[in-house]
Amino acid sequence: MLKKLDFGKLVVYSALVLFSLLYLMPIYMTVITALKHPANISLTTAWQLPGNINWGSFAEAYNTLGPNFMNSLYLAVSATIISAVIGSLNGYVFSKWKLPGNELIFTLVLFGMFIPYQIILIPLFRVLRQLGLYGGIPGLALAHIVYGIPITSLIFRNFYARIPESMIESAQMDGAGFFGIYRRIILPLSAPGFVVVVIWQFTQIWNEFLWGITLTRHSANPITVGLAQLAGGQAVSWNLPMAGSLLAAFPVLIIYILMGRYFIKGLLAGSVKG
Amino acid sequence: MQFKSDKIVPLLILLPSLVLIGIFVYGFIGQTVYVSLTDWGQGAALAENPEINLIGFKNFGDLFSGFLNSRFRQDLVNAVFYTLFLVSGALGIGLILAILLDRGPKGESVFRTIFLYPMSLSFIVTGTIWRWLLAPRGGINRLPTMIGLPAIGFRWLNSRQSILNFNWQNLPQITAIVVGAVFLYIAYRQWRSRSKKKALLSLVPTGLLLLWALWGARFTPAILPTPEQHGFNLATIGIIITAIWQYSGYTMALYLAGLRGISEDLREAARLDGANQFQYYLNVAIPILKPMTMSAIIILAHISLKMFALIFAMTGPDNAETSHPAVLMYLTTFRANNFAKGAAIAVVLFLMVAVFIVPYLVSAYRERRA
Repeated sequence: MLKKLDFGKLVVYSALVLFSLLYLMPIYMTVITALKHPANISLTTAWQLPGNINWGSFAEAYNTLGPNFMNSLYLAVSATIISAVIGSLNGYVFSKWKLPGNELIFTLVLFGMFIPYQIILIPLFRVLRQLGLYGGIPGLALAHIVYGIPITSLIFRNFYARIPESMIESAQMDGAGFFGIYRRIILPLSAPGFVVVVIWQFTQIWNEFLWGITLTRHSANPITVGLAQLAGGQAVSWNLPMAGSLLAAFPVLIIYILMGRYFIKGLLAGSVKG
Repeated sequence: MQFKSDKIVPLLILLPSLVLIGIFVYGFIGQTVYVSLTDWGQGAALAENPEINLIGFKNFGDLFSGFLNSRFRQDLVNAVFYTLFLVSGALGIGLILAILLDRGPKGESVFRTIFLYPMSLSFIVTGTIWRWLLAPRGGINRLPTMIGLPAIGFRWLNSRQSILNFNWQNLPQITAIVVGAVFLYIAYRQWRSRSKKKALLSLVPTGLLLLWALWGARFTPAILPTPEQHGFNLATIGIIITAIWQYSGYTMALYLAGLRGISEDLREAARLDGANQFQYYLNVAIPILKPMTMSAIIILAHISLKMFALIFAMTGPDNAETSHPAVLMYLTTFRANNFAKGAAIAVVLFLMVAVFIVPYLVSAYRERRA
């Protein structure tokens, strides 16, 4: 019996280690390639550790992608903050001030997060041009804020649904109105909700590509577009795209490693029923 | 209805969002549908007031049976295969990973972090990295040489091979046979659940569809003037592997949450019934995970039906072998300035996604109301 149990454990652990290697392999390859001198990169020695380490790739990648990195930072920070505030207020209304047709309205709003964005791209392009917002970061931020409404409202709605009605009712007895309740009860309890929404929106906006490439001019290109252009050429020496990938991955990886728990919550919230 | 106080303030708070969603989602969808019915894109497409004429469903007709649009048809076939493989691959591997972690190994959170980190990355980042890993004479292809085996020669991203080929002219018949098979399955299920009348009724469309496909179709006009082969391009395999690598962590998280939600009582009951671990997962746990499976299918199908960035990063927008309608929509609209045709491609994509999303949202809505 004991032997059998150990055998089962052995299978579980070896499978887990094997899968882990499979999942970490690309990161290993990225790091060692980024640290090599271009002359030392060859297909046959691709898996070998770098002989002498070349930190220069990162500086070179930052020289090219630095402006894109800053564009993405401005974009993601501003759009995330506005999205979170809007989502919090919407979630509050959807969960605690149910208007007539609440569930139907909510479902119609949710639909917005499941559409393939190709279906709105042409009118979006046109409207941003008419508003004079095409090509720059504010226009891109507007798109992220508007199409972020469904997911941020959903996460906050589900989060606030767990705040007991009795707390709201007693505050109402004390004469608190819509904003009074929000300030005194909802907002102080909102911190974890904000963390989930901020992480989710920041990651989504940082990683987005389709709008970045169709709605911004060269000077306002976000990091994903910059990286795609850096890596897109045929005759690239691979240390540069790998260093660029690490640069583009850096902020979201840090957030994920430090706050993975909240990231998973956002991830699971995306599946409406889960 | 909950509180007596007036609803004016909450309505005013919600209103801007509702107006924005109304315009940017529903208004824009309507506008794209309208554009898809026009000829916008002839001549001065970007002029202040371009001349736009309504031409009905001509763009759609061109896409599906126009002589010049065979790339769209291959892209559509690619999208179906991307979806099939990403969904089944991520579900299978995600389930295995979730079961492994459900065994409560030491260092569980470390393993979970490792399996899930690809989810936090941009498709452009993973695409760039995997393009290097899948280089024809390096990366993955050299792994076997580490244990003395010969290197792999497969060209993950630029193979010219294609399997499961079919003639596009036969598409109506193939569709009829598939739909007929679905009705046959429904009839079988109804027969099993002893509603024999319903089963017989379901056999009627099966019979009609099969009859038409096998015999009647020769009397209907062909949808293409000449035969045109489409199939599963092997060059898409590299992109499929990358997408599965990135998304199996998501299904793992979903399944693990489901497995952790199973009560200790139920596990105990299964154990008392003499079920071993394997039987427990097969007969008890996996059926309970059905809602998670449904959610995962919806989300993954949605992702693969609009896949753009990953393909762009791995093989570039101009590679026809690995292309996708989402890529073609970008090229048609923003490179060729053919807005009407770009809109028509977007509408096709939208309808394919809607097949998954609308029933899902409707059932979620019913559940919330109940």
